[in-house]
Amino acid sequence: MRNRGGTIAIHVVLIVAAILTVLPLVWMVSASLMPTGQAITDPPHLFPTQITFEHYRELFTRLNLGRSFFNTLLIALSVTVLSLFFNSMAGYAFAKLRFRGRERIFAVLLAALAIPVQVAMLPLFLMLKSMHMVNTYWGVIIPGMASIFGIFLVRQFMLTLPDELLDAARIDGAGEFRIYWSVIMPLARPILVTLAIFTFMGSWNDFMWPLIVLSDDSRYTLPVAMANLVGEHAQDVELMMASAVLTVLPVLVLFLALQRQYIAGLTVGSVKG
Amino acid sequence: MKRSDARAIPLMSGTQPERRAALLFLAPALGLILVFFLLPVVAALFLSITDFDLYALGDTDNIRMVAFQNYGRLLSSAVFWTAMRNTLVFAAVGGPLTVVIALTAAILVNAKTTRFKGLFRTIFFAPVVTTLVAVAIVWRFLYHPKFGLINEVLGWFGVGAVDWLGDPRFAMAAIIILAIWKNFGYTMIIFLAGLQSIPEELYEAARIDGASAWKQFRHITIPMLGPTFALVGIITAIGYLQLFAEPYVMTPNGGPLNSTLSVVMYMYQEGFKWWNMGYAAAVAFVLFLVIAASSLVQLQLQRMRRA
Repeated sequence: MRNRGGTIAIHVVLIVAAILTVLPLVWMVSASLMPTGQAITDPPHLFPTQITFEHYRELFTRLNLGRSFFNTLLIALSVTVLSLFFNSMAGYAFAKLRFRGRERIFAVLLAALAIPVQVAMLPLFLMLKSMHMVNTYWGVIIPGMASIFGIFLVRQFMLTLPDELLDAARIDGAGEFRIYWSVIMPLARPILVTLAIFTFMGSWNDFMWPLIVLSDDSRYTLPVAMANLVGEHAQDVELMMASAVLTVLPVLVLFLALQRQYIAGLTVGSVKG
Repeated sequence: MKRSDARAIPLMSGTQPERRAALLFLAPALGLILVFFLLPVVAALFLSITDFDLYALGDTDNIRMVAFQNYGRLLSSAVFWTAMRNTLVFAAVGGPLTVVIALTAAILVNAKTTRFKGLFRTIFFAPVVTTLVAVAIVWRFLYHPKFGLINEVLGWFGVGAVDWLGDPRFAMAAIIILAIWKNFGYTMIIFLAGLQSIPEELYEAARIDGASAWKQFRHITIPMLGPTFALVGIITAIGYLQLFAEPYVMTPNGGPLNSTLSVVMYMYQEGFKWWNMGYAAAVAFVLFLVIAASSLVQLQLQRMRRA
């Protein structure tokens, strides 16, 4: 009997916590559909009395956020494709190829993981400025094209692949790039999917670096555009909520569709490491 | 892992084509990391001992070496110390709260009798993947003193309207609450993995000995999660000490009486708004030292617990 009481208590706590967790997101969607002014009434409305899509139309007409959406997508896709290629090559080399200094170089990389990215930002900006890449897509993409975390993730996975595969391929006369591309990469699909989701979301949500590099609003990504808009449109709550939905929805849907791979990646090396 | 290690001994340096392949495979990624990360980090150290400012941006002849003057100025700047204090408060209060809530959520979701485990896990994790800037704007409206949902709900319990983001006493608390909401799901997932790696026999043996649920938690769950705590503590502290987007969006210009100005925000303002890049580089390095110190202290604590 006591046990049943405990079970009910656990579920009550979980349900209340779950409601509190989704409430901000529910209100975001709900307010974005309210007629102008309804989100700032006293007492507040939780749901619209009448649903309207006018704010979403306004996003693409008056605010030109379609452009920002395109910029964000282009940058996130470029970073994902390029970094997947470079990180998987390096991760493969660290896991499967034998060369002098392999463990030492890898240890240095892992140590560098402790350096906060903000330390590099000031010189990186000056460097990109001298290369005329400030206020360009490349200025945002290039620093994301390789990542220590990505290399680490790929290496951990590839260590579990049997060496016999490589030996067999070498005996068959396959070149080193062929082995990587046609033997290893298909087997590494699970980790590549995980890394792709991570990278895409990280790039889509990134704020500080795009804020620094992009100065022209036709090149803004969604987070930068939103941070800019909230200053002038602080009163247009419904409009701001529509832009929040536009920004959050793609990554949320991506997560819901691929959450198994995403969550598996989070715990790689975290329990035993 | 064992297999490749065992093979690595006789042929440590690999065959000639293998070494050449390794070089080609590593070159792009390591080159990019070297040029666009490690090199700038070293350059930041040099930048921090120069007076690089707006004039230097126009003409590099205006750069002078000033040794440790930036650091001296920094340590005697009241604004810097305010930013540092805010950041430390954010990490020292928000971090442990996030960990405790995450652990509670993990234990409840993991409980044997809990139903819809997957659904709860997904819901608690959803805020983690959302765009920080977007949800910070959502919360900015939730915190609205007059029209916000939060004050409305508090009103039901007889709490008067709180000016969350406009009152220096509450602004940091408001940001901490947002951060907990946004991040606890991530920590929960790591705890869940830790909990699931504890052998069930330990609990069975304890139950046979008549240990209460609390005793099992205290003497099995907590000690077995030791390494997880260390990992979670370090990751959370590193993330929280880099506080930036939340105050940038919710409380522009550092909030009421600079009560939400963070170290990274201060660096951003000095470096990219006023172009005092030498000084800002010194701010970045001090932050680096604080983050490194916090990680080392936590590693040391973990080692002492284990001994």
